[in-house]
Amino acid sequence: MSATPNASPTVQLLSPAGVFAPSEAAAEFLPYLDRLTEADHRRFYRDMVVIRRFDKEAANLQRQGQLALWVPSHGQEAAQVGSAYATRPQDHIFPSYREHVVGMIRGLDLVDILRMLRGVTLGGWTPEEHGNFHLYTLVLASQTLHATGYAMGMQLDGSTATGNPETDQAVIVYYGDGASSQGDANEALVFAASYQTPQVFFLQNNHWAISVPVTRQSRTPLYLRAGGFGIPGTQVDGNDVLASYAVTAKHLDDARAGKGPALIEALTYRVGAHTTADDPTKYRDPDELAYWVARDPIVRFRAYLQGLGVEQEFLDAVDEEAEDNAADVRRRALEIHSPEKNVIFDNVYAEPHPRVQEQEAWLERYEASFEGGDA
Amino acid sequence: MSDTIVSAAAHAAPASGTAPAPAGPEMASLPMTKALNAGLRKAMQDDPKVLLMGEDIGPLGGVFRVTEGLYAEFGDKRVLDTPLAESGIIGTAIGLALRGFRPVCEIQFDGFVFPGFDQITSQLSRMRNRHEGQVIMPVVIRIPYGGHIGSIEHHQESPEAYFAHTPGLRVVSPSNPHDAYWMMQEAIASDDPIIFFEPKSRYWPKGEVNLGTSGTPLHASRVVRTGTDVTVLGHGAMVSVLLQAAELAAAEGISIEVIDLRSISPVDYGPILSSVEKTGHLVVAQEAHGFVSVGSEIAATVMEKAFYLLEAPVLRVSGFDTPFPPAAVETHFLPSPDRVLEAVDRALAY
Repeated sequence: MSATPNASPTVQLLSPAGVFAPSEAAAEFLPYLDRLTEADHRRFYRDMVVIRRFDKEAANLQRQGQLALWVPSHGQEAAQVGSAYATRPQDHIFPSYREHVVGMIRGLDLVDILRMLRGVTLGGWTPEEHGNFHLYTLVLASQTLHATGYAMGMQLDGSTATGNPETDQAVIVYYGDGASSQGDANEALVFAASYQTPQVFFLQNNHWAISVPVTRQSRTPLYLRAGGFGIPGTQVDGNDVLASYAVTAKHLDDARAGKGPALIEALTYRVGAHTTADDPTKYRDPDELAYWVARDPIVRFRAYLQGLGVEQEFLDAVDEEAEDNAADVRRRALEIHSPEKNVIFDNVYAEPHPRVQEQEAWLERYEASFEGGDA
Repeated sequence: MSDTIVSAAAHAAPASGTAPAPAGPEMASLPMTKALNAGLRKAMQDDPKVLLMGEDIGPLGGVFRVTEGLYAEFGDKRVLDTPLAESGIIGTAIGLALRGFRPVCEIQFDGFVFPGFDQITSQLSRMRNRHEGQVIMPVVIRIPYGGHIGSIEHHQESPEAYFAHTPGLRVVSPSNPHDAYWMMQEAIASDDPIIFFEPKSRYWPKGEVNLGTSGTPLHASRVVRTGTDVTVLGHGAMVSVLLQAAELAAAEGISIEVIDLRSISPVDYGPILSSVEKTGHLVVAQEAHGFVSVGSEIAATVMEKAFYLLEAPVLRVSGFDTPFPPAAVETHFLPSPDRVLEAVDRALAY
């Protein structure tokens, strides 16, 4: 451990080399680590490795024409895994569209995520049946307001701040440095602060909004914006899974206990492209990429676990599980069936709607008119 | 010409073509603001999940006083004065609806809805569809709209076409206090998102409200004056203009049938086509800009469905395709009874 604690404002528990060396800012979050067992540590590692391998497989599927698009999360695993494990079963999670491992941790089948990207559904799962992990939202920051409204509902129906941490609920909403510029993200912070919602804003600053660097979005560290809204803000090393866990655990605990919302800025890096439609070599400095690759969250945590004496057999078994999972995902992704055309018309409205009904009936007649080959 | 002139009081009464209901304990004479207020109160009493959200709707009761007294009656957990941000209002209403509430949002003026347009069109309208039917979105967005009140810029707009164009939304507009009372309750009870346009120039005239029965479903159009020569159709404040036009025409021996559209999306074509079958002429009137408008859609559809019933093209009377002008000249912009009659004359001249 270094003699002089890191005096940066960023909460960091593990150095990039994987040494436990809490920064000064980490002091108030250290007690939350006591909740973690060695089994939790292993699970953190396992989930990060599994999702990175999944990510690679999904990108391959896209390259092979099996997905319309893929949205990689490579590099952001620690921010997502740590924060996801800080949630409780009764909490609700509003993701953006890159939080694949958060969904996995909440019980979502990763193939369900691929269904949307394979173009067979606009959603893909039922949040209530998958750990309250809500649908991906593709218009940036729209979900921040849905999350805030949902958290307002928890207050109004008395499901939070009762003093019982086993049942009190909270919301965590994920968004990014690009989305932080959207009006909706700022309106959500205004509403959340005003009503003191039980809510954590988890801002993954991965430094790039497609091709535009975070410096175009903000001239101030993003966590400092929290102060302007009158809520606590914490900057955390998002490539440090323990720090991400501890910071989120504290702020979610506070939210459930009625202490209001908070903003977490997790500093991380989008190692891959924005999506498979993008070429980051056109706008990014290779030295910057190298800097962040040297701070890889999985390498860091593996070094930490090895320092604790975790055996090589475990690490190898995790790699094998990740391979098996990727193969399983690939196999099942290729088996995804296209829906019938009735999905065009189903569920546009909850109650009967004459125009939609007429158009569905017309399409049925029109397509039936070609049957028999004599059209 | 055989006119059956239905009185203005009957226009406010429930069923079309029937005699006015006798005044009784269930009848009340109310302006639309108070009818809407009573409708909101009834919905809030009937269902504890109904919430009101908006700017200045609490102790003030809204800039038009539509929510007056509800804050005192139901408290700040049912009547939420929100921060001043329309996207925030709609976006949080979506979250509340996901949580099981039935939010009723007030947009203060027609021209202020656009900061919330993205949440309405990209999120609210699609939420049930992208959840594959696993959720409902019972959100009502109340928008005072239209001209005739001599107000300033962004306070006299008629933006209903933007919302009628959007799949997943329903759009309605009452023209009288009776409909306002019932349509508000029916809109809140609907499991679909509804944009509820309130014609603000009709906020203050009183009309008879039958508190006992609605008489007309939410999405039904309704004949409010029967006639035989020309059908004229409109919604919201335009209905009273059409009734005035019909009155003037009757004096000249022209019998006009007036249809109150009531529901802008979906459109109830049954009464419209029946009327056109009888009159062979249709004039569609609206305050909104005519280009790509609700009136254009109805004109096109009636010509598709009833071409051989028509003796003349369907004609449109609309606001001009200009920004709503300074109030000093709004009477030149807004369709008047005379402009409606000019179109009626053209239709009959074919």
